[in-house]
Amino acid sequence: MDAPGHWGGTSPTRVLEPDGSAAGDTDVGLAPDDFRAMLRWMVLARRLDHECIALQRQGELTVYPGFEGQEAAQIGAAFALAEQDFVFPTFRELAMAMVRGVDPVRYLWYHRGTWHGGPYDPRATRFGPISIPIATQIAHAVGYALGQQLDGTDVVTVACFGDGATSEGDFHEAANMAGVWGLPLVLFCQNNGWAISVPTSRQTAGEIWRRAEGYGFPGVRVDGNDVLAVYVAVRDAAARARAGEGPTLIEALTYRIGAHSTADDASRYRTEDEVEQARAFDPITRFEAWMRSEGHVDDAQMLAWSEEADAFALSVREALIAQGPPPAEWAFDWVYADPPEPFLRQRQEALGG
Amino acid sequence: MAEWTMSGALGRALWDALAGDERVLVFGEDVGVSGGVFRVTAGLQEEFGERRVFDTPISEAGIAGAAVGLCFAGWRPVIEMQFDAFSYPSLEQVIDHVAKMRMRTRGRVDMPITIRIAAFGGIKGKEHHGESPETYYVHTAGLKVVVPSSPLDAYRLLRHAIADPDPVVVLEPKARYWGKESGDLSAEGAGIGRGRVLRTGEDVTIVSYGAMVTRVLEAAAVLAGDGISVRVVDLRSLAPLDEDLLQRCAEETGRIVVVHEAPRTLGMGAEVAARVMELAFDSLEAPVARVTGWDAPYPPASLEDGYLPSVERIVAAARETVAY
Repeated sequence: MDAPGHWGGTSPTRVLEPDGSAAGDTDVGLAPDDFRAMLRWMVLARRLDHECIALQRQGELTVYPGFEGQEAAQIGAAFALAEQDFVFPTFRELAMAMVRGVDPVRYLWYHRGTWHGGPYDPRATRFGPISIPIATQIAHAVGYALGQQLDGTDVVTVACFGDGATSEGDFHEAANMAGVWGLPLVLFCQNNGWAISVPTSRQTAGEIWRRAEGYGFPGVRVDGNDVLAVYVAVRDAAARARAGEGPTLIEALTYRIGAHSTADDASRYRTEDEVEQARAFDPITRFEAWMRSEGHVDDAQMLAWSEEADAFALSVREALIAQGPPPAEWAFDWVYADPPEPFLRQRQEALGG
Repeated sequence: MAEWTMSGALGRALWDALAGDERVLVFGEDVGVSGGVFRVTAGLQEEFGERRVFDTPISEAGIAGAAVGLCFAGWRPVIEMQFDAFSYPSLEQVIDHVAKMRMRTRGRVDMPITIRIAAFGGIKGKEHHGESPETYYVHTAGLKVVVPSSPLDAYRLLRHAIADPDPVVVLEPKARYWGKESGDLSAEGAGIGRGRVLRTGEDVTIVSYGAMVTRVLEAAAVLAGDGISVRVVDLRSLAPLDEDLLQRCAEETGRIVVVHEAPRTLGMGAEVAARVMELAFDSLEAPVARVTGWDAPYPPASLEDGYLPSVERIVAAARETVAY
């Protein structure tokens, strides 16, 4: 089976082959319990992703952007970070958010139309607000990383973005600044092949990881569907950043199995064959196969996680549905720290009383 | 008594803010080693070091975006946009994030960002160096917008802007950078949200801000020769507007003229006229008049004088309003 087209060119680094066999040394410094924790999160995340799509179809969520196929990229990256590190996500990082400790119910307030940005506490969870304007969050990560550099902390900042974001000016401005200032930053690109309907080949003529050279720091291309390879790439980039050696650009090759969002009909621009082909490179299947071959999991364990995932999805569903609309004051409450008088008069006009 | 240029007074405000709060950072294009194209940041890097006062690549969106991230890390950034028209690449960051991030984080992350922009025309500048961008910012909920018209008030407004817990856009009138004023610099006095009366009068109020305030004062002197008593209001704060002052002026003089460099359509004049109607319609004895730049792109230097409100245009508008 051929890999997705945008995986062509430079071979990505791998720990596991797509069929789950070892590509080389699988000793990445993790214990069997770590492997099991990774796989469990991948199973839980995918189950929740499917639940969210169902919730949207049932009118309980507004538009929802699924992440199926990108579990290894997100969970491998999350596992490679230290507790104090800070992630600036896009709008498709629910799996990473969960591993970083964000309450999925709170996160999904966003897609329920309850609240914008970060319904969770970005400072406490060290996970920035959900960011929809493409590539803008990369500049925020640069500022945060600069703040850490000025304070002399050992915090690593991670900027998440997709292949499409690399066409934006903000990507260039942010990456360039990160290079000039040698910031403790990991630029983590999940190249999932599609920016809504535009394939990576129509987004950029080059390989994304190679951009790093122009900015004066290293770039790496990793198989983003290999959770262990992603773990290693992000771990090494974070170590470089922590050691004061500056930023790293990681291009994680993955594939967006679902449509861009529940509002998108992907059959307009890509074939079902292409998607089926990509499923052969599925990240969970690959990791599970290796785990089974190593004896780290068995049928009973996989069944137990599957049941746990069902219960987890149900608990998220119930908590979300129980969430009514927020109070009307919320439309005004946090706009200003020091609200001007004319604004307060409008607030009163809107709310009465 | 010391004599200050606006450039010098703004620089002193930055100096005092840097000295008073170690979380204040000053950065932008050419603000470090060179001290800024209008010399506002001259000497700051020497005094406070490259950590706190630094040059950036030419990246207006990156500068504004980095300021957002720095706020997450507890810093208080003061950023410079070298010229009005060059601030436009940063609009996405300013509108989508700077203005909204506090709401988006449910008050958990304040955005105490000061965005200094060298703005407006009147200096026979090149194209893209004479624009009036205030409406873009005033129309963006979550921002505060101020425009100083004199050196001492520039110091005060910039100190208030930096101390404010919310993002504040400071539009610095390039044409006034080298105008002088004597006095002691002080942050005390009217802050953001308050206008000031620069000349008392009873027949008509002329409302303006920035470099146009000087012309309005000249026009008021001409009109005084005709026996017309003009009250001159310097808005200072475009967002929020000083509604109380506008209402009082409408009630006491019954006639309002608004003067600004920006194009007429959806300029501040439209907002001032609407507020005055809402707050004091029964007191009005004439329609609110607007003396503005034209709804045409800012012209080349040789045509600038025909574009900006002149003393003659202001005088004519005030006379018509009084005679209405």
